[in-house]
Amino acid sequence: MDGIADMGGTPGWGPVHPPRADEPVFAEPWQGRATALAILAGRLAGRNLDAFRHAVERLDRAAYLDQGYFGRWLNAAELMLVEGGVLAPGEIDARARDLRDRPVEAPPEPARPDAPAPAWPAGPGSLRTIEAAPAFAVGQRVRTRNISPPGHTRLPRYARGHTGVVEVVQPAAVFPDTHAHFQGEHPQYVYSVRFDSHELWGEDADSFAVTAELFEDYLEAGS
Amino acid sequence: MTTPGGAPSAALRTAALEQLLVERGLVDPRMVDAFIANYETNVGPLNGAKVVARAWTDPDYRGRLLAEGTAAIKELGFGGAQGEHIVVVENTPTTHNVVVCTLCSCYPWPVLGLPPSWYKDPAYRARMVREPRTVLAEMGLELGDDVQITVRDSTSEVRWLVLPERPAGTEHLSEAELVPLITRDAMVGVAKVAAP
Repeated sequence: MDGIADMGGTPGWGPVHPPRADEPVFAEPWQGRATALAILAGRLAGRNLDAFRHAVERLDRAAYLDQGYFGRWLNAAELMLVEGGVLAPGEIDARARDLRDRPVEAPPEPARPDAPAPAWPAGPGSLRTIEAAPAFAVGQRVRTRNISPPGHTRLPRYARGHTGVVEVVQPAAVFPDTHAHFQGEHPQYVYSVRFDSHELWGEDADSFAVTAELFEDYLEAGS
Repeated sequence: MTTPGGAPSAALRTAALEQLLVERGLVDPRMVDAFIANYETNVGPLNGAKVVARAWTDPDYRGRLLAEGTAAIKELGFGGAQGEHIVVVENTPTTHNVVVCTLCSCYPWPVLGLPPSWYKDPAYRARMVREPRTVLAEMGLELGDDVQITVRDSTSEVRWLVLPERPAGTEHLSEAELVPLITRDAMVGVAKVAAP
């Protein structure tokens, strides 16, 4: 879906922040806890990794940006838990105000379905073995479909409707566009497609290449 | 309507979330502690540095690493979540690979740990696929015009690891002596490995 998360090539973000060698993994204690809780929350709410990404993508601009990367995970965890019936809307905020000694009436706990026991570490990844042969071969020109699906997708906006060359046929994997919405895994081959910068950004662009991993359903034979 | 005290901070909301899930018997705080301890102490770029140092000193291993990254990395004991399929690409004097994830912040956790703040920054995610030479220069890496840049946008579950160039003047160093030279930033492709 076309949301704030799809940032490739978008303007207005300003300068990059140069690396610091001594940066801690978690600058503040809550950041580590939010990360672990978000991973656990996905399981509690019965969400897979693709559904988690879709939850992140549906955050509004403030929820996505204002508390940085870890705030994004925290807010997506809340969204998944509310949608999964584990928490009531507003329950986290009410408890947080309570913790700050400003008690407000908490919403009633939802009648939650029997949640699966939390499992950690992660279950099986997204790789799958399929019987079909890859539709495209290394060296072949392919064109990305110019589509803007309403739900989750891993086809970035900047790469839509462009022609590139298959550089690597990667293993088949679960298709995020359906898996995020519990419509099945639909595993298919993934292709690392190499795009010339001028194809993506026009004649005046710097000269370089971009590769993106694209699912077979995103591609058609190019000319 | 104004809210008393303003909206709760992310730290407070995280504490609230944990408290609610613990009270309901859904989360054991020790699992949260274990996750944090694991990524703060065990899983980090030192793993990737060991992979690179082995590749620099063992040509057979280097060949396996470039052909079948996941399997070669597993030989050194590294794998797991966010590392189910790792592809290794080599930087040379004339070709430079740099990794980004424009859609979120996908990163090869088993070999590099959790991503650093700059990798998750909107400016990095937005600009790297559009003006990599400029962005790399802002980050302190000036590349000559004869160097071909390939930006690897990690849009699926493929995770990229850059095999940096071994710096000149390190021929006499052992694998173990090379490991401390190899930085996270070089294995993402925003820096080169400096000679000691």
